[in-house]
Amino acid sequence: MSDIVIVGLNHRTAPVEVRERLAFPAETVGRALRGLVERGGVVEGVILSTCNRVEVCVLADESFKGTEAVKEFLASHHGIPRNELNGYLYHHGGGEAVKHLFRVSSSLDSMVLGEPQILGQVKDAYGYAAEFRTIGPILDKFYNKAFSVAKRVRTETKVASSAVSVSFAAVELARKIFGTLKDKTVMLIGAGEMCELAARHLLSAGVKGIMVTNRTFERAVKLAEEFDGRPVRFEELTTHLKLADIVLSSTGAPHFILKRQDVEEVIRIRKYRPMFFIDMAVPRDIDPDANQIDNVYVYDIDDLNNVIETNMEERQKEAMRAEEIVAGEVRGFLRWLEAQQITPTIVMLRKKFEEIKNAEVAKAVSMLGSEDPRTRKVVESLASAILNKVLHPPISALKKDVEGRDVTELVATVRELFDLPEDGAQPPPQEETPKE
Amino acid sequence: MHIALLKATTAFYLVGALLYLYFIITLKERGAKLGRMFLLIGVILHFAGFVSRYFAAGYTPITNLFESLSFFALSIVTVFLVIEVRYNLRILGSFIAPLGFAFSISAAFQSGEVARLAPALNSYWLPIHVMLLFIGDAVFAIAFGAGIMYLLQEKEVKRKRLGAIFKRLPSLDVLDEINYKCLTVGFPLLTLGIITGSIWAEYAWGSYWSWDPKETWSLITWLLYAALLHGRLTVGWRGRKAAILAIVGFCAVLFTFLGVNLLLPGLHTYSSLSG
Repeated sequence: MSDIVIVGLNHRTAPVEVRERLAFPAETVGRALRGLVERGGVVEGVILSTCNRVEVCVLADESFKGTEAVKEFLASHHGIPRNELNGYLYHHGGGEAVKHLFRVSSSLDSMVLGEPQILGQVKDAYGYAAEFRTIGPILDKFYNKAFSVAKRVRTETKVASSAVSVSFAAVELARKIFGTLKDKTVMLIGAGEMCELAARHLLSAGVKGIMVTNRTFERAVKLAEEFDGRPVRFEELTTHLKLADIVLSSTGAPHFILKRQDVEEVIRIRKYRPMFFIDMAVPRDIDPDANQIDNVYVYDIDDLNNVIETNMEERQKEAMRAEEIVAGEVRGFLRWLEAQQITPTIVMLRKKFEEIKNAEVAKAVSMLGSEDPRTRKVVESLASAILNKVLHPPISALKKDVEGRDVTELVATVRELFDLPEDGAQPPPQEETPKE
Repeated sequence: MHIALLKATTAFYLVGALLYLYFIITLKERGAKLGRMFLLIGVILHFAGFVSRYFAAGYTPITNLFESLSFFALSIVTVFLVIEVRYNLRILGSFIAPLGFAFSISAAFQSGEVARLAPALNSYWLPIHVMLLFIGDAVFAIAFGAGIMYLLQEKEVKRKRLGAIFKRLPSLDVLDEINYKCLTVGFPLLTLGIITGSIWAEYAWGSYWSWDPKETWSLITWLLYAALLHGRLTVGWRGRKAAILAIVGFCAVLFTFLGVNLLLPGLHTYSSLSG
């Protein structure tokens, strides 16, 4: 009987050097996928490779030691000795594998809980497998189910609803203060790394323009070029400040470079159009007292970190609800998977007994030598009655839904007992697979 | 028939308000969508009731407390629905729909009988004067709701505790803009309402202005909004200050409308409780 197996490594089990060595760059995925399914026993396969994780998911047939073979594949494909890899790899089979993929695509297994990119990456992995035809009906259904689970988690929980990085928190706050950012101007004071990152996020959120100032003017010019912005001499900061709606500051100054009175003056000139100061410097650049002024909002790096922390806590809570959704979906998918294994076995069982019955009925009728249709009918119904009564217990045992029962083993036993033909690799007829 | 219609709208406003409250708590879009539908049906029934009462009574039914409260509720909910469509600001409904319901239910407690019209009211100035004022007041009611939302949101951003309110309420900018837009629509309506009232007073009582309590309070209200408009345009009163003034202004509106009628006797007393 076939089984789903996932072998891989992620940010928790392996350091970045190892993850780099095992990564599959996009241009090699096709070759790797073909290599994977050419291994005996691998029926279908998908390779997911992101900067945080590399995972190989296969549908393996019964006689195949799935986990070991995939590990072997990873080692030989990348030319790394098996024993070197062992400590870094995790592996999941059956229900655990189903749960794993559902959690990964819902971003419950990500470094940043709820980050949205992973679903796109899983979809890409599925896309490659579809393109190189290494995906069949079972994994196709499996991945599409994973996408719909991720969608459910997204819409039914708030696991991804709030910003969890300093720059995103800054953008979220700016949006709540200004509404649209597209006519807003940013002033960048100093050139700290965090400050630059936040400026980039604000730019991608659509702000109109950026002014850059720095004690060394050349640095300001260079940075302004990078952002397609305007350099401003440090001495002229206060005269330009009135043009800025959002001020990002991270100088190395030992004391405030903007005192409360400075800000009061600027906001008055601006006719109290709101200003948002994001102070990333330690020690701080902007007098926190300025936050008291109407229409002025001053956040320092601790404030932003607090915002993120609160958001993180909320995500954790929502993640618990997401896990419940995943658990329910795992049960549903496993039932479908079981049906995929049980149905052909039942069909084969019936077919085999039907053939025996027909042959024996024909034999009996010819031995009776009677042309009377009634005789034939009696013999036939006798045989059918016996057949149905004998087959009833094994078939209902197969269909019975018992928690924690290993269907694969049961199916194998039934096949062995009744000597049914081996065609585990043959996928049964499919029901309609929902697409995203 | 019309009384039944007018009272039935109260039930629709109630369900609408509850749905909007459900929406602000759970953030389920369905709540807001259904809430809007209930308010819309409520408004249609309300309007039908208003028109049928007009034909039954033979005059525009905004002459006593029942009719005024009822018409005010109709104006508030209608103006809200227009703004919701325009700005797609569903959350505003969680603040405004209960207000509309409150006026509608207070009307339901008043006597709804059609009374004989006092001679002074028998004029074509009646619908013009009263409707201008009530629609203006409804616009101010929206500014009041937006003002409360602004203060709540501003407090959240200033105190740097970004909790449930932060997520649910719109940006400060949008709330301030609604405040401003309402002012630019409401203030001319209020002004025209007072001017038409003054002209009507000249016809009815022989004097443009007689410092009757209602007139005095209208002037106070007008001055408050005039100050807000002036401050906005010249000094840059925006955000918090503007929100507070919008709230104070609406309190003055309410006092002019209800407080004066119930507490201070004057020429406008036909719309008091006994009316």
